[in-house]
Amino acid sequence: MSGRIESIAAARAVVGFALAESVRRRVFAIVVALTLVFLALYGLGVNFAFDEIERRTLIGSELIDERALAGSTLFGLAMFATLFLGAVLAVFLTIGVVRGDAESGLLQPLVVRPLGRGAMLVARWAGAALAAGAYALVVYALSLALTSALGDWSPDHVVLPGLALAFAVVIIAAISVLASVFMASTAQGIAVFMIFGAGLVAGLLGQIGDALDSRTLERLADVASYVLPFEALYQHGLFLLTSEQLGLTGALVQLGPFGGASEAGSGLLAFALAYTAAVIGLGVAAFARADL
Amino acid sequence: MFVGDGLRKRYGRSEALRGVSLEVADGEIVGLLGPNGAGKSTLAKIACGLVRPSAGAARVAGHRAGSPPARAAIGYLAELFRFPGWASAEEVMSLHQRLGGSTGGAAERAELLDLVGLADAARTRVAAMSKGMQQRLGIAQALIGSPRLLLLDEPTSALDPAGRRVVRRLLGEVRSRGVSVLLSSHLLGEVELVCDRVAILVDGEIVERGSPAELHTPRGIEVETGSGRRTYDGAVREDAPRIVAELVAAGESVYEVRVLASTLEDAYLEAVGERPS
Ligand SMILES: Nc1ncnc2c1ncn2[C@@H]1O[C@H](COP(=O)(O)OP(=O)(O)OP(=O)(O)O)[C@@H](O)[C@H]1O
Ligand SMILES: [Mg+2]
Repeated sequence: MSGRIESIAAARAVVGFALAESVRRRVFAIVVALTLVFLALYGLGVNFAFDEIERRTLIGSELIDERALAGSTLFGLAMFATLFLGAVLAVFLTIGVVRGDAESGLLQPLVVRPLGRGAMLVARWAGAALAAGAYALVVYALSLALTSALGDWSPDHVVLPGLALAFAVVIIAAISVLASVFMASTAQGIAVFMIFGAGLVAGLLGQIGDALDSRTLERLADVASYVLPFEALYQHGLFLLTSEQLGLTGALVQLGPFGGASEAGSGLLAFALAYTAAVIGLGVAAFARADL
Repeated sequence: MFVGDGLRKRYGRSEALRGVSLEVADGEIVGLLGPNGAGKSTLAKIACGLVRPSAGAARVAGHRAGSPPARAAIGYLAELFRFPGWASAEEVMSLHQRLGGSTGGAAERAELLDLVGLADAARTRVAAMSKGMQQRLGIAQALIGSPRLLLLDEPTSALDPAGRRVVRRLLGEVRSRGVSVLLSSHLLGEVELVCDRVAILVDGEIVERGSPAELHTPRGIEVETGSGRRTYDGAVREDAPRIVAELVAAGESVYEVRVLASTLEDAYLEAVGERPS
C-alpha cells in the first residue's frame, strides 16, 4: 500500500522533472511563439477570405454555400496545422526517452531507483501525451474562435473534432515512446515523422481512390488507417466539421483540404484506445528486457 | 549483502563474464580490479539490475538483483553517467530523493553535498560544473536514502588528489556505518588503502582474490651495511632481528634494514600477466 503511494510519488517526480526540463530548455516558449505566429497568419487568412466572399455574395450565386465551403476548408487547414504542431510537441517531449538517454548516460541513474521501468515509461508517455494533447485542444479552440469571430462560420460539431485531434496527438506520443526504446534520438525523431507523413499520404491516397473510384487505393487507405489510427482520427475530425452539410456544397466540402475527410466506423474509438494500449505495452515489454 | 553466483553475461558473440562468483559481506569494502574490458562494469550493472545475467544468480540484501526491494537497497554510481545540464545540484539530489523515497529532505541534501565538497555548488547548474564536480555530485547522489550496498564504478576517475582523499575518508565513514561497498577502480594504491578484500577480474573471470595483505607476497630482506647492500632472498620479517644480530656480531655496521614485499601492483600485474588489454 505505502509502496504503491511511493511509486505514484516517484512517477509524478519523473513527469514533473521532464516538464521542468521542457520549461527550462524553452521548448514551451518556442512552441508558444510559433503558435502565436500561426494563429496570427490564420486570422489574417480567414479575415481576407471572408471579406472576399462577402463582396461576391452580393452578386449572388446561391447554388453553393460559399461561406461553409471557405470556412470548412480554412478550418480544415487549421486542423492540419494543429495536428502537425501537436505532433512536433509530442515528439519533442518524448525524444530520447529510452535509447537516447541511455546512450548519453542520463537514464541509468534514474532506472536503478526502485520505480519500475514500466511505470517510468508510462509516466514519461502520460506526461508528454497530457501536455501535447492539451496543447492541441487549446490551438484547436483558438482557431475555432478565430474562425467564428472573423468569418462568422462554425463547424457542425464543435467539441468532437478537437478531441479527435488531441487523441491523434496522444497516439503519436505513444508511437514516439515505442520508437525511443529501439532507436537513439535522431533516428527516433526521423522515424516518427516518417510514420506521421506516411499516415497523411495514405489518407490522401484514400481520398484520390475515392475520387477515382479505385477500390485498391481505398483498401490501401483502409489498412493504413488501422495501422496508423491517428490518421483515421484526424480524417474523422475533418468529416465531423461538415457532416451535416447537404447537396453540392456537401459534396465539394467532402473533398477537403489535407488528407481528406472520411467518416470512420463506430469502432474507431475502441480500436484507437486498444491500439494505444498495445503500443505502450509493447514499449514496456521491450524496455523491461533491454540491457542498459 | 551482495552474492553473485556463477554469473555469466554474453553480449552477442563475446562473453563479458564467464562464471563469476563474488560476495560482499555486510560492512565490507570489496575492490574490483582488472584491465579494460575485463567485465567490472558489467558485474556492477548486474548487481543494480541494469543488465540481466545470461546465467547465474545475483542477490542484493536477500532479494533478486534488479527487483524493486534490491534496487531500494543500493546506491549506484555508473562509470559513464550524466545529469541533465539544465538542473542544479539541488534539483538533481531532490529528484533522486523522491525517486528513492528518501525522507531526508533539505538536511540530507545539504549534508551529502557537504560530504563531497559541493556545499557551495548547491545552486550551480550541472552544465557549469567541471567533470570532477559532476563525479562528486554522482557520489552524493549514490548516498541518498542511506543505501545498504554502494556500487561505485570508478568513482574517482575524474577527481584530483584532494578529491580522492575526500572519497577515501567518505568510504571509511560509510564502512563505519555498516554499509557494504563494491568499488571498481584502476587506482591500485587507492584500492589497497580502503578495501578489505580485492578481486582481480581478467577476461570475465576472477583470477585472484584476497585481502590486500594476502596479496602481498614476501620477497626477502635488504640490508645496507658498511660494505654495501646485502639481500637475503626468501627471508621474512621475523628473520630481520637474527640477520641484524649476525651481521653486528661479524663486525658489520648496519645502516638500514628493509623487509621487501610485493605491492598490490606486483600482484595485479602478475595476475593479469602484463597483457595489454
Ligand atoms: N552493451 C554492450 N554490448 C556489447 N558488448 C559489451 C557491452 N557492454 C560491454 N561489452 C563488452 O563486455 C566486456 C566487458 O566490458 P565492461 O564494461 O564490463 O569492462 P570493464 O572491466 O568495466 O572495463 P573498463 O575498465 O574499460 O571500464 C568488454 O569486452 C565490452 O566490450
Ligand atoms: Mg568499466
